[in-house]
Amino acid sequence: MATKFSHFLIAIFLLFLIASCGPNDQRADLVFLNGSEPESLDPAIITGQLEGRIASALFEGLLCRNPAGTPVAGVAETWELSPDGKTYTFHLRHNAKWSNGDPVTSADFVQSWERTLNPTTASEYAYQLFYIRNAEEYYTGKLKDFSHVGVQATDPYTLIVQLNNPTPFFLDLCAFPTLMPVHLPSVLRYGDDWIKPGYMISNGAFMLETWKINQTIRLRANPYYWDRDTLKIQTVEILPTNQANTAFNLYYSGAADLMLDKGLVPSILLHKLRHRPDFHSAPFLGTSFYRLNVTRPPFTDLRVRQAFCMVIDKNLLVDKITRAGETTTDTFVPPGIAGYQSGQGLPYQPEKARQLLAEAGYPGGKGFPEISILFNKTEQNEAIATEIQQMYLKELGVHVKLKQQEWKTYLGSMSSLDYEIARSSWVGDYNDPNTFLDMFVTGGGNNRTGWSNATYDELIRKAAVELDPAKRMKIFQEAETLLCAEAPILPLHYYVGIQFYDPKRVSGIEPNVLDEHPLKYIRVQKTP
Amino acid sequence: MIQNFFKRVLLGLITLLAVITLVFFMIRLMPGSPFTKDRNIPKEVEENLKKKMHLDGTLWEQYYDYMGNVLKGDLSPSIKYRNRTVNEIIAQTLPVSFTLGSVAFVLAVGIGVSLGCLAAVKHGTWMDQSAMFLSVLGISLPSFVIGPTLILIFALKWTLFPVAGWGTLSHLVLPSLCLSLPYAAYIARLTRTSMLEVISADFIRTARAKGLSECQVIFRHALKVAILPIVSYCGPLAANILTGSLVVEEIFKIPGIASFFVNSIFSKDFTMIGGTVIVYSALLIAFNLLVDMAYSLLDSRIKLQ
Repeated sequence: MATKFSHFLIAIFLLFLIASCGPNDQRADLVFLNGSEPESLDPAIITGQLEGRIASALFEGLLCRNPAGTPVAGVAETWELSPDGKTYTFHLRHNAKWSNGDPVTSADFVQSWERTLNPTTASEYAYQLFYIRNAEEYYTGKLKDFSHVGVQATDPYTLIVQLNNPTPFFLDLCAFPTLMPVHLPSVLRYGDDWIKPGYMISNGAFMLETWKINQTIRLRANPYYWDRDTLKIQTVEILPTNQANTAFNLYYSGAADLMLDKGLVPSILLHKLRHRPDFHSAPFLGTSFYRLNVTRPPFTDLRVRQAFCMVIDKNLLVDKITRAGETTTDTFVPPGIAGYQSGQGLPYQPEKARQLLAEAGYPGGKGFPEISILFNKTEQNEAIATEIQQMYLKELGVHVKLKQQEWKTYLGSMSSLDYEIARSSWVGDYNDPNTFLDMFVTGGGNNRTGWSNATYDELIRKAAVELDPAKRMKIFQEAETLLCAEAPILPLHYYVGIQFYDPKRVSGIEPNVLDEHPLKYIRVQKTP
Repeated sequence: MIQNFFKRVLLGLITLLAVITLVFFMIRLMPGSPFTKDRNIPKEVEENLKKKMHLDGTLWEQYYDYMGNVLKGDLSPSIKYRNRTVNEIIAQTLPVSFTLGSVAFVLAVGIGVSLGCLAAVKHGTWMDQSAMFLSVLGISLPSFVIGPTLILIFALKWTLFPVAGWGTLSHLVLPSLCLSLPYAAYIARLTRTSMLEVISADFIRTARAKGLSECQVIFRHALKVAILPIVSYCGPLAANILTGSLVVEEIFKIPGIASFFVNSIFSKDFTMIGGTVIVYSALLIAFNLLVDMAYSLLDSRIKLQ
């Protein structure tokens, strides 16, 4: 009896085992590693690059990106800009369709943007729409009637957008996930479940087939997509993992064709992996820098800030620690923005730095108050902070402490200006100096240094209304030079985007500063 | 016995309520907010987010709200994964951890008990010494060493198993082995000690004197008594192993619950922390109760009290 019962139990256990494992789907045309599990796929809600990559395959905005990262015609076939630079008229293509065959109309955009700006949606990136007239007022509840917001659908295929100021990067924003349309009838019908397989209706090159938490996301080509002839792959599988070693093992063993997130490369192996033929890197629109808290002595003194900026041997950091081919910088805005020439920064001049520190009353670091470098704990951040700590001791005679905090606590300390020096980074949202420079205006939410400069604020304001692109870039350049001279920040290096793929098998990926590689253009040669 | 059982269940529920309350307040005392991001969120946006997540009332209002939902079985939506509820995430990830955990559990007990018995029966021989050497190795090597070593040998060098992932039976082999080895090593030591004590007892001598085979003596008589300390270890072990291990899940890319259990703390996902703690505590309480019941069944000297 007891034996029978135990046999029965074993049988149940085995059945459960087989059932829970389930059959493995056939390998997708493209399998890629994208970083962690996406927090959401709702274009109005997502904020991260990894979510953006998937959302951009599922949804298409008025514009979308080509392999070079440049915004090109998406749902909008053509568009015109009024002479004052404030009104865009978009003409939507008639063959743009949702994955259920419904046409994509201008009303879809109006409704989707209304949803994004609606406080109940609680969209974190809603401010990407604040360039539109009255959008911010509607979002903050000052305006209740959405018809006063500068978006109008004059007919099913014409969308008129009125902006507060001329916004040269608005077309870039139109390719950004926050401005992508969603299928409102399914959002209303299914609530939060609308983004799940079986419910989601999308208008991009792909549609969602499966989404198993932390396991896999599978996309299939959208049969109604207007540009389906460009598509050469029918299925895409996305494997979420945030572990560099696991990701690399999967790629190395051939379980994945492509690895896109630079966080997925084991940093300890980077110097070796760099020389492989499947390693690809390109400058990325992101800067690594340190913030200096100008509200707290000794950094209230400009000379001290400048001295601290001028003794960092940045080449040592990129050669010894980051090792992915990053370029060092004394300025803040990364290269690669069309028409923009970087301003002037503070170069490496240890002699002058010592002199400045002595003038500020700390000759040879004597009498310097106790300060620390704040960073969030990662191996690389710690290595850089330790190196910089040594440079300050060696060059200035100043001993700084290291203070590491867990991610959210570190962000909280930085926001509340509870630090002296803090490790920071910034990645541009769009390809324009504004995404880097407007953050340091007085009281800006991302300023986080306490720095305030009336001339700088005025320059940024002037750039926002300047119609002549060349003059506008000149103003930004002037602002950047001022920012670097005032030294509330200490620029270290620009980031690089890293991709791993075998160029003989995978094509359609081009290096670009946004590190955006639309899945629509990727081709994969099948292995026999 | 039945009365005692219900008393224990009731006690378990009270413990669970206390744990939920404690966790609810403790996570709100942690520095940093779930809405702190590397990009500053405008104040209005943060207010809207708080409203949406029901985090805008006073602490007591929030507690009252949350408790009400928990009692109804609703663990609220996750703060980080905004389109998913905590119930949904647990429902999808817990079975994965359970599957992996139950295989690892069987392996741990199987390997551990057999190795322990072998060591005790062959006490003092090279077999005893090598079994104990292996168990010391198993206990002292952390899974982040065992895991990559297993991958290197069995997945990359010999390509017998996939390097990571989930979906087929072959995906189960390496992670369950990696998860079970430290426990198996501990069980082996436990079994050996307990077995050594038992085989020198009088009733074993009697059994031998009756002319029973060594096999019958060990498995029918000695093991039944020697297994008691292992049974009591199995309660917390089951709760531990079934809820998965962050390290093993991350090394082998297993879509289980452990990564949510740990990472929710870093992302300050209040509802997710609450949900996973409830699951973990409930399992721990339930398995301890089960162990006590099993104890009284195995040994009539012990009553469920």
